[in-house]
Amino acid sequence: MSNRRVKAVGYEDDYDEYEEEEEYEDGEDGRTANELSAEDQELMLLNTVKVKSLLGEDFIATDQEIQDALWHYFYDVEKSVTYLKNLKRPFTTPKKSKENPVSRFDQATHAAEANIKHTEGKSNTSTAKSKNGTVVNGVTKDVAGMSVKDSSTSKHKNLNVVEEFKKANMKAAASFVVVGHVDHGKSTLMGRLLYDLKVVDEASMERLRRESKKIGKSSFALAWVMDATTDERERGVTVDIATNHFETEKTRFTILDAPGHQDFIPNMIAGASQADFAVLVIDASTNSFESGLRGQTREHAMLVRSMGVQRLIVAVNKMDMCDWSHDRFTEIQQQMSRFLEIAGFASSSISFIPCAGLTGDNITKPVTDIQNAAWYTGPTLVSELDNAEPTKRALDKPLRMTISEVFRTSPNNPISVSGKLDAGSLQAGDTVTIMPSSERAIVKSLTADNYPADWAVAGQIAVLNLADIDPIHLKHGDIICHPSTAIKNIKSFTAKILAIDHVMPMFVEVHRGPLHVAGKISGLVATLDKASGNVVRKKPKVIQPGAVARVIVELEREMPLEAPSKVILRSEGRTVAAGLVEE
Amino acid sequence: MKATKVHIEKDGSGDVTLTLEEPEDMWHAYNLIRPNDIIRASAIRRVVTESVTGAATSKKIHTYLTIKVTTLDFDAAASQLHVSGRVSEENDFVRLGAHHTLDLELQRSFRLEKAEGWDSVGIEQLKDAVDTKSRAELWAVVMEEGLANICVITEYQTKLVQQVNQTMPKKRAIGDDHAKSLRKFYGILFETLSRQIDLNNTPIDQIKPILLASPGFAAQNFLNYIKTLQQTSNGKTLGALIAKITVTHSSSPNVSALAEVLKSPAVLSKLGDTKFARETKLIDSFYESIRKDDGKAWYGPNEVMVCVNKGAVGRGGGVLLISNSLFRSNDVDERKKWIALVDKVKLEEGGEVRVLSEAHESGKRLEALGGVAAMLTYPIFDLDEDDEGGDGDPAG
Ligand SMILES: Nc1nc2c(ncn2[C@@H]2O[C@H](COP(=O)(O)OP(=O)(O)OP(=O)(O)O)[C@@H](O)[C@H]2O)c(=O)[nH]1
Ligand SMILES: [Mg+2]
Repeated sequence: MSNRRVKAVGYEDDYDEYEEEEEYEDGEDGRTANELSAEDQELMLLNTVKVKSLLGEDFIATDQEIQDALWHYFYDVEKSVTYLKNLKRPFTTPKKSKENPVSRFDQATHAAEANIKHTEGKSNTSTAKSKNGTVVNGVTKDVAGMSVKDSSTSKHKNLNVVEEFKKANMKAAASFVVVGHVDHGKSTLMGRLLYDLKVVDEASMERLRRESKKIGKSSFALAWVMDATTDERERGVTVDIATNHFETEKTRFTILDAPGHQDFIPNMIAGASQADFAVLVIDASTNSFESGLRGQTREHAMLVRSMGVQRLIVAVNKMDMCDWSHDRFTEIQQQMSRFLEIAGFASSSISFIPCAGLTGDNITKPVTDIQNAAWYTGPTLVSELDNAEPTKRALDKPLRMTISEVFRTSPNNPISVSGKLDAGSLQAGDTVTIMPSSERAIVKSLTADNYPADWAVAGQIAVLNLADIDPIHLKHGDIICHPSTAIKNIKSFTAKILAIDHVMPMFVEVHRGPLHVAGKISGLVATLDKASGNVVRKKPKVIQPGAVARVIVELEREMPLEAPSKVILRSEGRTVAAGLVEE
Repeated sequence: MKATKVHIEKDGSGDVTLTLEEPEDMWHAYNLIRPNDIIRASAIRRVVTESVTGAATSKKIHTYLTIKVTTLDFDAAASQLHVSGRVSEENDFVRLGAHHTLDLELQRSFRLEKAEGWDSVGIEQLKDAVDTKSRAELWAVVMEEGLANICVITEYQTKLVQQVNQTMPKKRAIGDDHAKSLRKFYGILFETLSRQIDLNNTPIDQIKPILLASPGFAAQNFLNYIKTLQQTSNGKTLGALIAKITVTHSSSPNVSALAEVLKSPAVLSKLGDTKFARETKLIDSFYESIRKDDGKAWYGPNEVMVCVNKGAVGRGGGVLLISNSLFRSNDVDERKKWIALVDKVKLEEGGEVRVLSEAHESGKRLEALGGVAAMLTYPIFDLDEDDEGGDGDPAG
């Protein structure tokens, strides 16, 4: 029996027609399975997850309630959320808690649940939550249920956002990118994590199992939690970043599951540019680790480092394949440590966690193969994630928010953009300038780190619902600024680079987060001393891999860029250099 | 291009009469004609006459004009060449020294006389221009989901003819949106491509091979899309079209990725040994040599000059790579310098000379290196040691 049919208890509020429905019987669920088309089922499934995560912990609704709402609102996530929030105003005096029945798939999960908060049906965790005070960027509980229509006319509140942020004393939030060589198990690991933390419920999981089996891809069922497009599912390869959320006692996390395939490195770079830290997934089985080290294990590690990521968790995955061999783990740990230190990671910021995404071992709960894994006494992956240091926020700088996606949330919010605030802050009602087009738009409403909010600050990943702009002016990679402090478009710049391959005057693609523009390295100014930055040799002919140099880059078209942005230079599918824009 | 009259003396003097036959010939004409050359071609001139009553009437006159070339303006995408200069032979309609711009036209002849005489490079270029055998030509679409560059690749040029662009909803907009806009994108791309290749009016066997290239699966998915169209309509034509399509991998959807596409085994096996494939391979082996850091590859005008003068670009593997564009310099001495270098390598040193078209991706890569590079027969190190502030650096 899955927990999704059990009505959550503990709030006295104004139910309407749902009041009667005491208990939903389990079993092959009625409407969603039988009456909906495959596409609709898919949509229902995905939107259920979205609604649930948007509802957070203060609004507890059963899947049935969520799905009914979605059904009613034609799968419109935002309307459903608004409706459900109105329906289920957060309670102040939680009543008796009722434990969820444990599914047969999940008996073992239980042990490790102690420090994990669930989004569903557990008022015990919600109690703690209420005490913590979920102040979400100014939107207090009373207004959290504000209707969509209200938000469209939202007035500028003239908040001092930096002050508000300091006052808010928010729960820590962090985003991490999951990187590593193709097929090393990144998506499976994250799918497992979300499933074990009940962000993905049993019925949804069951559906993914069924559907992946249908096309002979049953080993990818967990990966399908992250891999959602037809291409990704049919081919068993992640193509684009999947964003998901979960929280622990301490932190609200955003997962950015990156593709491992070499062809999709531009997408991986886009994801990594939003991350506070990285999880590098390594397949421990014979030869896989070795071939990864020649491929994207190496390239991804260097890329995330040169994009400014300092903390790295190395998930030594598929440990089931080597029977939790301590020797293998040590071998990988030693080789990787050596490489990572050369790549510029401080040894104190690297940790190694053995795990197996497919079986769920040492992710939220300890390893079940006690015999073979007796040597390991360290933390699970999730508790290691929780050691994340709070990120530094460039609050006082001018607003810079890089758009990672442009999409339509609902008919009321036809133009939404998501992305990370690299610097500064913004609030609802703000007029913003989108670069490079220089077009302006109004921020109607927003969410910050997945919660409805009045404002957002540097370090947060926000979704802005925009008005007064034609979407043709919005592209992923564009930068949202305030009009008076907008970033400038430039067509050439000098950069201090670390050569990863041989660098000479050549055609390159210049990547800055999700944005990439064709250009060329038109001149090699000098090679520099690694430590002092002093000129070693002027006008070199070639820059050897590993050397530091200053080069001139010319772009084919203008790009919003400023010092000291980090850029990646790639050519013919290979990363040739990582650089820092100087002017 | 057809040469109807060729009068070239041993000393390089003389003239040729040429007829442009196809768009690609404009490119050849662009490379053959240089400033100060004398060119005679048909022209249209606006002539103002005054009648007895004093009223001025203006009419267009067809005539032949001879001009001394000052500038050339080549529009690669439209395959148009405008040659400006000063009239050097007076006639009834224009006086000597008047400014005129000739628009060269297909199927019309023009006479060309070289100011500095016909040099070895010019004669080579002429040979290439009139050699119309074995000219490979194909369509190439480099793409990703939401972006496609439709290009035509000829023996000497890569031309971007149209870009198709569509903002794609990403994974967030899951369910239908992604798949729907993808279908829409493929639909628009197919329409645009059909229009470009003139699918409806061209006998299918005359359509050139089509190359689809992308990172990931986009190119394959696009082919699959065309196959689904085939089932619903126009099966026969599309079937024949599909037979002309080759899908291959590229690392990016940018036009510059064509360099790697053109040397891919799939393309080589389909098109055989083409000039552009050879050029791409040459540049690759140059890069490879640089990577090995073996001192046997140098680039940049000064460095290459030095290498040639040291006798390192000769018999037994010496190769001089030089871009077409250097011979088009407006500076006569500059031009002569490069022609002398070519002659030296070819005639005195016994090395190989490859003139690359900068209108191809490989040629553009050579351009980025300053337009000239060399692969040496023996290593030379530290050429760049004392190179400070010279013009050795292409960007300098
Ligand atoms: N035995 C075993 N197999 C695993 C484990 N984790 C993942 N796999 C398998 O590895 C394959 C690839 O898994 P994915 O999660 O798609 O790998 P990925 O790293 O996300 O791949 P890309 O995103 O395409 O780079 C699937 O067949 C999984 O079942 C594990 O812990 N043990
Ligand atoms: Mg994946």
